[in-house]
Amino acid sequence: MTFLGVLWFALVGVLLAGYALFDGFDLGVGALYPFLGKSDEDKQVMRASIGPVWDGNEVWLLTGGGAIFAAFPAVYATVFSGFYLALMLVLFALIFRAVSFEFHAHDEAWRGLWDWAFFLGSALPSLLFGVAAGNIVRGVPIDTAGEFTGNFFTLLNPYALVLGVLGLAMFLWQGSAWLAMKSEGGLYDRAVRTRSLWAWIFVVMVLVAAAATFVFVPRAASQIMTSPIAWLFLVLLVVSMGWGRFAHGGEDLHSWYAASLSPLALIGLWAMSIFPRLVPALGDDALSLTIANSASSQLTLTVMTIIAVIGVPLVLFYFFLVYRIFAGKVRLGGEGY
Amino acid sequence: MDVVALAKLQFAFTVAYHFLFVPLSIGLGLVVVLFERRFYKSGKPQDQAATELWIKIFAATFAIGVATGITMEFAFGTNWATYSRFVGDIFGAPLAAEGLFAFFLESTFLGVLLFGRGRVSNKFYYVSTWLVWLGSMLSALWIIIANSWMQTPAGFKIVQTASGPKAELTDFFAAGFNPSMLPRYFHTVNSLLITGGFVAAAIGAYYLRKGVSKEFGRAAVSIGLSIAAIFSILMIVSGHFQAVSVVENQPTKVAAMEGHWETGPIPIGVVGWVDVANKTTKAFEIPGVTSFLASGSFKTPYPGLNDFKAEDLPPIQVTYQTYHWMILVFGVLILVSCLLWYLNRRGVVEKTPWMLTLLIWIWVLPEIGIQLGWATAEIGRQPWIVWGQLRTVDAISKSVPAYQIALTLTMFVVIYALLFVGWWRVVSGLIKRGPVLPAGSGEQAAAAAAKV
Repeated sequence: MTFLGVLWFALVGVLLAGYALFDGFDLGVGALYPFLGKSDEDKQVMRASIGPVWDGNEVWLLTGGGAIFAAFPAVYATVFSGFYLALMLVLFALIFRAVSFEFHAHDEAWRGLWDWAFFLGSALPSLLFGVAAGNIVRGVPIDTAGEFTGNFFTLLNPYALVLGVLGLAMFLWQGSAWLAMKSEGGLYDRAVRTRSLWAWIFVVMVLVAAAATFVFVPRAASQIMTSPIAWLFLVLLVVSMGWGRFAHGGEDLHSWYAASLSPLALIGLWAMSIFPRLVPALGDDALSLTIANSASSQLTLTVMTIIAVIGVPLVLFYFFLVYRIFAGKVRLGGEGY
Repeated sequence: MDVVALAKLQFAFTVAYHFLFVPLSIGLGLVVVLFERRFYKSGKPQDQAATELWIKIFAATFAIGVATGITMEFAFGTNWATYSRFVGDIFGAPLAAEGLFAFFLESTFLGVLLFGRGRVSNKFYYVSTWLVWLGSMLSALWIIIANSWMQTPAGFKIVQTASGPKAELTDFFAAGFNPSMLPRYFHTVNSLLITGGFVAAAIGAYYLRKGVSKEFGRAAVSIGLSIAAIFSILMIVSGHFQAVSVVENQPTKVAAMEGHWETGPIPIGVVGWVDVANKTTKAFEIPGVTSFLASGSFKTPYPGLNDFKAEDLPPIQVTYQTYHWMILVFGVLILVSCLLWYLNRRGVVEKTPWMLTLLIWIWVLPEIGIQLGWATAEIGRQPWIVWGQLRTVDAISKSVPAYQIALTLTMFVVIYALLFVGWWRVVSGLIKRGPVLPAGSGEQAAAAAAKV
């Protein structure tokens, strides 16, 4: 295990955390779409609230996937082929979601279809990303060649489903916090109530997930309890939930900030629960895919580090720029969707 | 069908479909830039309406390109896991860089184009059109670096691991600037821009034919034909260098492309038929021209198909036909674009209905030509997935059963067909509605705003 290997373990975590933070809230808005969008205008505000940013947000996932491919090819190969049907389901959902915005905007007759595409395309990944993360923590059956030996139903175990619901609750919390920041009137009131509801459900799910980890995956639990870095993430999680609870009306921006700390904390905990493995093997830990046995060459990791050092600040700079341009409540009238 | 055949079919279908939309979005990206430049200089509301129509068409097309592009990024891992393990050390980096340097750029600034008109200055907006287009051109660069490495791998060594051999990077610049990368990039991007030009001209011609929004129609035809003509002429150069690169690096591919059986100078065929069973090629061809173009002498001999083992050869007939029909298609496009560009300058095109009808439909040809070109490149590369290093049959995912690939392939066909219908409805609807004057500049605007 080399320094660059560990660095890229951390950087993949950063990219996935970026995805959970940024796409998390817009997936949440999509999953809440039919429930909070009572009128056409509400729905329009909901779509417009994420309209300018959702596509850039999704790039965190693509870049994260690319980074796993580049830095840990064996992990990319094993997980993507092993989780085949589940990933295809996520893929089809993301495909429908990606076209739903533009197709909805310019095709009145088919609006109902693209409404559904937006909702299901958001709700399904919101649940499945957590399920995937849960399976990684729990470990997956792999053989000596690093090939996945389970099937689709291997992935639907109670522990993974608990993490699926945890992820869903988090995205819905993030989504309603975002929407409260962007909306007014009746939609705003509903968003605030939903934010409070899902913040609570999230807190409950955190406790359930913690208990489930102690019961089903003691290895991960003890690894978190004994790692100082994991404790930092635990503190961050508590701060996020506490700040989320106590930030009230007029502090919608703070509420969203608070909700946005949770994905960072959870991805951090997730990473620390498996480190230095990337894919723990179920049963025999010697078969696990680790930083040491699956990282790319030093030269490739060096090149990738240079690419990241140039690219990441650039991306953060114009993300900052664009979020500032579109800050504040949604203004309808002529523009966009 | 077995796993390999199904995986190949799924990749061929999804990538070919994806590449119907890539030329449109990269080509139209330039059209958006040029139209926004007009508005930036003139400040006229009708010029703003013109760019806004292009941006809407671009965004609908871009969305389907993004959607079908995610499939491709997943596909290496889902269907080609052994390939991914083999090439990951080299192939992954350009994919990650594509996300970081290209996708973020185009997606973020497309948000500005779609929603930012009232929020940013005209200059910022104009710069954003450039950044979106630049992002898409960079994305093409990274993916072609990756693709070219599969065709002409360089800057690596093979090492043995527990899960089989893999390619390990030894020289980043040698791998990135591998022998076929630059010719392939210019050749590909060139064809995309030709498509964009013809599509712009087609939409313009539609208005001129119908006699509505004529000022916009004229601008679109003139800008579209200029793009198409300029890049068609450059195509002669970039196509030449691409062909030379194949002759120099991929002897079995060029032998299949020209149906060249015995060692000797390679001719250039116009049309023909390869009789694979009798190992001959019947063609209308000019002897020695391919040799001349590649080496400067009509006499330079190159090995023929008979000189290679049968298991190292690609499907010959398909490679031959796709290559020659690609050349014929682009040959026609070079003539048409230059001729119509000239006639349009003289004001003839607008007054000649059949020319407008031709313009409305001819954009389909570059789309077909591009598909044929990719088929030549990728089928001609067979039986290798990485030239000379890894065979396609050895590259699949071992943990995925055939029925799952068949199932997802069926899903792709159904979903992609639905997307195509959805896209066609949206784009044709936008074109029928035409450029809409922006809010605050007239009654149409108020009506349009109420409709959104």
